[in-house]
Amino acid sequence: MISALWVMIGISLLLGTVLGYSALKFKVEGNPLAEKIDAVLPQTQCGQCGFPGCKPYAEAIAKGEVGINKCPPGGEEGIQKLADLLGVEFQPFGEGAAPKAKALAFIDEQTCIGCTLCIQACPVDAIVGAAKQMHTIISSECTGCELCLPPCPVDCISMNQVGEDIGSWKWQHPVIIPIKIAA
Amino acid sequence: MRTLFSFHGGVHPATHKAESTRTPITRAAIPSKLVIPLWQHVGNRSVPIVQVGDHVLKGQKIGRPEGKLSSAVHASTSGTVSAIDMQLVAHHSGLPDLCVTLIPDGKDEWVTHAGVDIAHTAPAELRHLLRKAGVVGLGGAVFPSDLKTDAHHHQMRTLVINGAECEPYITCDDMLMRERALDILHGAELLRELLQAEEVLIGIEDNKPEAIAAMQLAVTQAGYRKMEVLSVPTVYPSGGAKQLIRILTGIEVAAGVRSTEKGVQCFNVATAYSAWRALAHGEPLLSRIITVTGNVSHAQNFEVLIGTPLNELVALAGSQPDTTRHIMGGPMMGVDLPSGTVSVTKATNCIIASSPKLFPPPAPALPCIRCVRCADVCPADLQPQDLYWFAKSNNFGKAQEFNLADCIECGACAYVCPSNIPLVQYYRYAKSEIHARSVEKLAADKARERHDYRQFRIEREKTEKAQRLAQKERDAAAAKASFDANLAATENAQQQTINEAIERAKAQAVGTHALNTEALTPEQLAKIAAVDARRAKLHELAANAGADDEPPKS
Repeated sequence: MISALWVMIGISLLLGTVLGYSALKFKVEGNPLAEKIDAVLPQTQCGQCGFPGCKPYAEAIAKGEVGINKCPPGGEEGIQKLADLLGVEFQPFGEGAAPKAKALAFIDEQTCIGCTLCIQACPVDAIVGAAKQMHTIISSECTGCELCLPPCPVDCISMNQVGEDIGSWKWQHPVIIPIKIAA
Repeated sequence: MRTLFSFHGGVHPATHKAESTRTPITRAAIPSKLVIPLWQHVGNRSVPIVQVGDHVLKGQKIGRPEGKLSSAVHASTSGTVSAIDMQLVAHHSGLPDLCVTLIPDGKDEWVTHAGVDIAHTAPAELRHLLRKAGVVGLGGAVFPSDLKTDAHHHQMRTLVINGAECEPYITCDDMLMRERALDILHGAELLRELLQAEEVLIGIEDNKPEAIAAMQLAVTQAGYRKMEVLSVPTVYPSGGAKQLIRILTGIEVAAGVRSTEKGVQCFNVATAYSAWRALAHGEPLLSRIITVTGNVSHAQNFEVLIGTPLNELVALAGSQPDTTRHIMGGPMMGVDLPSGTVSVTKATNCIIASSPKLFPPPAPALPCIRCVRCADVCPADLQPQDLYWFAKSNNFGKAQEFNLADCIECGACAYVCPSNIPLVQYYRYAKSEIHARSVEKLAADKARERHDYRQFRIEREKTEKAQRLAQKERDAAAAKASFDANLAATENAQQQTINEAIERAKAQAVGTHALNTEALTPEQLAKIAAVDARRAKLHELAANAGADDEPPKS
């Protein structure tokens, strides 16, 4: 009886030590769930979710503080992906949070006064320019977040919808025309 | 006799090739205008290097290649550039793209051009010349040939020359082989040299006996020992590059794998011909052989300048009033052209004038009954019924797992489908969605990286600023301390000097006495005594002044 007790205590001490050691040794930096969520988010860094960027929103979702339907650029497909990832129900977009067609910012270079305010606002450094010099958007880097619009004192930035050309054209889902059967 | 292999499946649609092989290739007349698209190849669109109003010569470059994966575009005849704008082009989308419109002057005046001594030119230089000549794959894929002639340090065993031409109606390669076999072989030999391949296998379907005979004769005439013309069984799609490689060598090339990694490369016969014309004669790719067939009075092959408007070309073969639409390519894989005004490109191998009688509209699609006839005929050995299911339900991950990327969109599945389901359209839809998603993913990853870097930079700038500020404060404190210390030191030093001076004066005072006080006369002594007495009295008065509050009277 006593020896059995000692064996059990010994085993529990050993296992406890191993577990404690590995908890320190193999500690995972950051929140792996937040990173997975962040990988699904569209990375426009637009702040429409109410968080300063995609990562903070991902962290908030991971903590369960906020719904998964706050990201309009991700579209309904993005919500579906998040729902699949987190094993929760699909939630439709709330009021006033409908996804918009993808657009890129464009600076009217005639009007730009070179104030650098938009450069400071751009979350992905997609605007080049310097004080009192004309600014311009690197369209290949622009995520269409619209964060550069409010700070501009002369309203020289507009959002141009990305048109479809041969390079970006996609095949559509075939349309099945239902056959009408005479009653 | 070499043993041939076979690929899985395949179908046997009616070939309809006899109609257009009755007359030899005719050179099409120079049209009233040429609309030359700047994007006729896989990769980046060429950049126009001419201006509206410029006079250009035949063979003059009008679009330069942009980036590695691109090709040049040339003026197909001499004339004046009348516009550089967006025009409808021969593409599935029916969208416009940048084109150079050329009004021919009718002189067909060549730019100065000359071939190179191929034997004494470096391979890299030859590849560069192919790029400059705008040579791309003429089998339909229009991949720049200069990139395909680079073996990427792989040991090349076989160069496959594709003369199979398996798709119904198309006979342009057949006629080219019949009439210009020697030039094709020279081109094949040139490509073999570039790739350093051990052998050249020319695969031709056995429904083209004239082409096979012409090519075999030419091989004997030219005396190329490493070349062999092989007759392959007629089955659609044996002319697919992967399928022909499989038939001739037994090698299977998976999606995403370069065939050069497996020691084999494949070129179309027309590409070999154009490569030879480009290098040996200095002629850029300005024209190609196009079959005009279907609902026309006399179907035949034409040598057509790139950029010729479709309706002018079809008119040469005798267009019929009941033609409703035009198909570029064959009936299995062809592109429905958006309008009769689009121009022919390097990818145009065939134009089929179509009428409701010739190609009746497809019967409405019915539900899939999972008969798996599509799986039986799939040349890529896929499960089209499953791929259809996944594509229809937007389950793209599953579609990728079932190797959708290996689908060559040959249309054999849709051809046999008893439910008339437009299967290929579903696969194309799924493929383009998958592609768009991967592009979006890349963009998102880049945006994340840039955003993270920006956050890092802002953080770093903040830290640096704080450090600078702290340093400044430390410096200021240190400066003040050292000033105080200096001040104190100076004061100390001054005090020291004063003290020393006092000490010196004291010391002097002890050791000296006034010389003029010695040996005084009695009168002088009396005077001093009187002064001393007065002084003593004054001192006494001053001492008493505070006591009786009366000013002393002097």
